[in-house]
Amino acid sequence: MTTNLRSESLDAGHPAEAGPRVGVLALQGDFREHAHVLAKLGADVSLVRRPEELAAVDGLVIPGGESSVMDKLARTFGLQEPLKRAIEGGLPVYGTCAGLIMLADTVLDAIAGQQSLGGLDVVVRRNAFGSQNQSFETDLAIPALGDRPVHAVFIRGPVVESVGAAATPLATLDDGRVVAVEQGNLLGTSFHPEITGEHRFHEYFLGKVLARLDG
Amino acid sequence: MTVPETGSSRVKRGLAEMLKGGVIMDVVTPEQARIAEDAGAVAVMALERVPADIRSQGGVARMSDPDLIDAIIAEVSIPVMAKARIGHFVEAQVLQALDVDYIDESEVLSPADYVNHIDKWAFNTPFVCGATNLGEALRRINEGAAMIRSKGEAGTGDVSEATKHIRKISSEINVLRSMTKDELYVAAKELQAPYELVLEVAETGKLPVVLFVAGGVATPADAAMMMQLGADGVFVGSGIFKSGNPEARAAAVVKATTFYDDPSVVAAVSRGLGEAMVGINVSDLAAPHRLAERGW
Repeated sequence: MTTNLRSESLDAGHPAEAGPRVGVLALQGDFREHAHVLAKLGADVSLVRRPEELAAVDGLVIPGGESSVMDKLARTFGLQEPLKRAIEGGLPVYGTCAGLIMLADTVLDAIAGQQSLGGLDVVVRRNAFGSQNQSFETDLAIPALGDRPVHAVFIRGPVVESVGAAATPLATLDDGRVVAVEQGNLLGTSFHPEITGEHRFHEYFLGKVLARLDG
Repeated sequence: MTVPETGSSRVKRGLAEMLKGGVIMDVVTPEQARIAEDAGAVAVMALERVPADIRSQGGVARMSDPDLIDAIIAEVSIPVMAKARIGHFVEAQVLQALDVDYIDESEVLSPADYVNHIDKWAFNTPFVCGATNLGEALRRINEGAAMIRSKGEAGTGDVSEATKHIRKISSEINVLRSMTKDELYVAAKELQAPYELVLEVAETGKLPVVLFVAGGVATPADAAMMMQLGADGVFVGSGIFKSGNPEARAAAVVKATTFYDDPSVVAAVSRGLGEAMVGINVSDLAAPHRLAERGW
């Protein structure tokens, strides 16, 4: 292979001791940005496109991107069932934007035939803010992550329209719409901490991965 | 709480980040847009004629009819891009008013200004622009482009120019990485690009925005090669809807783009796709018909 513009090592700055094995679903989207954040935080990061790669990780991030494309590729390449089983089995999974859509039990405004993996007891509406002209960035108060507000970037993002009994909202916009949720080992955000230098969601997620390994 | 901010660089560049690893397809009707979305396109480019037809029919090529763009936006839920002529800032204003997700200031259309490109900072909607080399890419970024696509030679089905342009940009980045700071001042002068952007590329080893490849991609193997050469994703123009079986070819190009480094997948998806677009060898094109040379 010739020189690759994206070939920066995934484990730059990796500490000597190997961290938990965390995969990033790499079918489409900004998976490299997640991989860089996780590697910085000390995780042993790998990209996941095949069932055997999924079997080798202790936690998974589903990145931002186009949820309809991820769904289609996951089904075509035999990853949908293993992903569902892993989620049911308690694998910690963090989804951003398209990843939140993939984790939602119910998706509104999906394309015809689009499926989600499920796991989060929520109803999520795709492209809830409209076109790219309505994409925005703002600060969110998220008490679970401390006093400092989280700077959040929404890119044609989804919102959580209703939160079921099993899930807990973590963040809301000023108008009350829910944009971050958690349920056991699952975490989902409408926005993209991976592109703003905000690491607290990833740290929070790695906490779930480590707790499950210890437990 | 801060006031929510739209149209920031981060928001504009962010959408391109989310398109990475994906395929953006040219479509000329809502029906084609539906086929593209069903096949796994991450976005569609709405236009009246694909580049191969612009090439064969000749004449002045302009922004598409707003009715067509509206109909395509209504048909799909993935992002919709549309093209404005180079320098035609009013076409861009119209596209922003139509609420497209990305504006392509494109050499595929007839240029409206042979000196100036559009001041893209003046818009809330992000822009993608073509480039054949690093200097051109950085000039477009300096003007506000939030995404770059290497140009290739659109409407030919000949991938050689796309190869040339992505290799050129990669090799020019590699040269910058090896330079000392004093050499970078001269490099900025020679690239005809702002020093700050040249320094940023030298330090990070990549463009400050997402880089897709376009122009002449016609097969799954073409798409996979562009990805192996360092593209963040692929535009396919005439290659899909000028082929014998657009549905199958579109889905195959999507799969080959994701599994670009796995020849067994590329082989599997390349089977039984029917006729590829006919194609024109770029070397047979007279210089005035080479679209990649538009842009300054």
